[in-house]
Amino acid sequence: MLILGIESSCDETAAAVVKDGRTVLSNAISTQIPIHTLYGGVVPEIASRKHIERISQVVAEGLKEANVTLDDIDAVGVTYGPGLVGPLLVGTSFAKALAFGRDLPLIGVHHIEGHISANYIEHKDLEPPFLCLVVSGGHTHLVRVLDYGSYEILGRTVDDAAGEAFDKVARAIGLGYPGGPKIEKKAKEGNPDAIDFPRAKVSDHPFDFSFSGLKSAVLNYLNGMQMRGQKVNEADVAASFQKAVVSALVEHAMLALDTYGGSKFAIAGGVASNGAFRSAMQEACEKRGVEFLCPSPILCTDNGAMIGAAAYYDFKKGRRDGWNLNAIPNLALGER
Amino acid sequence: MKILSLDASGNVASAALSDGDKLLGEYTMNTKMTHSQTLLPMVDALLTLTGESKQSIEAIAVAGGPGSFTGLRIGSATAKGLAFAWNVPIISVPTVDAIAYNMAGAEGLVCPILDARRQQTYTGIYAFHTNVDHKIEMDVVRPECAVKIEEIVDDLNQRGQKVTFLGDGIPVFKDYIAEHLTMPYAFAPFHERLQRAGALAALASVYAAEGKMEKGEDHRPNYLRDSQAERERKKNLKEVSNSVDNLHQNDK
Repeated sequence: MLILGIESSCDETAAAVVKDGRTVLSNAISTQIPIHTLYGGVVPEIASRKHIERISQVVAEGLKEANVTLDDIDAVGVTYGPGLVGPLLVGTSFAKALAFGRDLPLIGVHHIEGHISANYIEHKDLEPPFLCLVVSGGHTHLVRVLDYGSYEILGRTVDDAAGEAFDKVARAIGLGYPGGPKIEKKAKEGNPDAIDFPRAKVSDHPFDFSFSGLKSAVLNYLNGMQMRGQKVNEADVAASFQKAVVSALVEHAMLALDTYGGSKFAIAGGVASNGAFRSAMQEACEKRGVEFLCPSPILCTDNGAMIGAAAYYDFKKGRRDGWNLNAIPNLALGER
Repeated sequence: MKILSLDASGNVASAALSDGDKLLGEYTMNTKMTHSQTLLPMVDALLTLTGESKQSIEAIAVAGGPGSFTGLRIGSATAKGLAFAWNVPIISVPTVDAIAYNMAGAEGLVCPILDARRQQTYTGIYAFHTNVDHKIEMDVVRPECAVKIEEIVDDLNQRGQKVTFLGDGIPVFKDYIAEHLTMPYAFAPFHERLQRAGALAALASVYAAEGKMEKGEDHRPNYLRDSQAERERKKNLKEVSNSVDNLHQNDK
C-alpha cells in the first residue's frame, strides 16, 4: 500500500511516498530556514506564504522521486496538528483537495505521532510497546507507545520546548536561527562543565520538563558577565547549556525506564538529531541493557515520510477523515 | 469550458460550477464555520447534486486576492490541490473585480470596499458598458488596491458619478462615506454585496476566453500587503539606510 504523506506544520514543506508504513520511496523536503533566519525565528505569516508557493512542486517532487504517479497512490496522509495554524491549513487544504479529486481515503495525522513513527521507518522490526521521548522546537513529550496509534503521555514541558530553549539561547549568544545545530556546533569548542546551569524539576510531576528557568539562568549569566565587563566564552555557554538540557532529557528518560520497564527506548523530533543527546541516550540505555532507537537525522526533522508511516497504521485501524477536516493548532496527542 | 469557481477570500465561502455561459450550481455560506470545514464539502455537494463528474472539469477559478490572508490560502491551496489532482489550470481572478461583477450593468461607478483592518480598505473602481453584441463588459477604472478610505472617497468625489458600494467594509465605513462623499451613492442589496462564486465564474469565463490562465503550481495569492514582519524589517532597513544617507549628507 502506497501512502502520500504531506507535512507543513512549521517551516518545512514536505511530501513523501511510503510503502506499507515502513519503506520510504521518496522524502521531498523544502525548508524555509534561510528566509526565517533573517527574522531570528519562524514568522508564521511568512511560513504560510512560502508553503502555498511550494506545496504543488514538493508533492510533484515526492511522486517523481518515488517513480510513481497519483494513479499508484492508495491514500493521502496529512499533518492536521499541532503546529502553526496558517502553515497547517495550507497542507490540509491541499491534501484534502488532492484526495477528494482522486477519490482517495484521507487520513489526518498528529504531528508528534508522525515523529514517533519515524522510528518504524528506521527500525523495520520495531513494534510497540516502547517508550519514546519526542523533542523538537515545539514539543517535549515523554510517551509510552502502547500500540500503534495508542499513547500514554507520561510527561511534557510545562513551559518552553527543549528546541525552543536552544533557539532562544542561540539568539542570546549571537548564533542566530536555527539554534539547535548552531549550539551543537559551537558546543564542540567549549567546556560543558565550565558553567553550572540549573536542571529544573517540576515538583510532584517527575516526568514533566521545564526549560524556561534554564533559559533565564543563561540570560542572567550573560547579563552578569556583561555588567562586570567580563568577556563571555560563547562556546562554554553553548556546551554547558547543551549539557544541562541533555542531562535533564536523559534523566527523565531513565526515570521512565526505571518506572515502567521495557527493553526499548526511542527518541524522535528535530532535537533527536543532536549528537550530544543521541550519544548520552545511547550510553545511558546501554548501561541498563536497553535497546536505544533513533531515526536518521533526515527522519528527525519535519518530513512527509513520518506522516506517511503514521497514516498507514491509522489507516489500518480504520481512520478516515472527511472533507471537512480542519487544522487544529493545539491538537493533543491521542485526541481523536 | 467547465469551470469550478472558489472564493474563500472573506467571511463568505462560495463555490460554483459553470459550463460556458451556464451556471450549473452555486453554493454560498456565510457562517462562523471556517472555510477549511465548508469549502470542500460544498464542492462535493455541488458535484453530487449537479451530477457532473470530476473528470469533466477543465479549470479551477479562484479569488486570487486581496482578502483575509488565511482565507485566501485555504482557497488557493484547495484550488492547487484540485488542479494537481485533475491536471487542469487555475484562473486567478482579483477578489475585488469578482465582487464588482456582482453589480454588472449598474449605472455609474461600482466600488467594492472590503475591511482590510488598520483603517484601510481593499478596493477598486469599476464601470460597465454594453458592447456591440449587447453584452455587458466591465471596465476597471481603478485597479484593486489597499488604501485608506479617505483616499478612495476623495478619488470618487473627483469623478462626478453615482457610486454603488459593495463589500464587507460597508458597516465599517458607511459613516465616513455619509460625511465625506459628495456624490449620490447606494449600497448593494445583501445578495449582491459580498463574494459570490457565480459572479467569479462569469468573470473567470471571460478570463478563460482571453487565455488568462496559469499552471496550478505557479498560482499564489496576491495579498497586496507584506506580512507585518516584512513591513517592519523593510522599515528598519530603510531607517538604517536613511541614517547612513544623513551621515553622508553631513559629510558634505
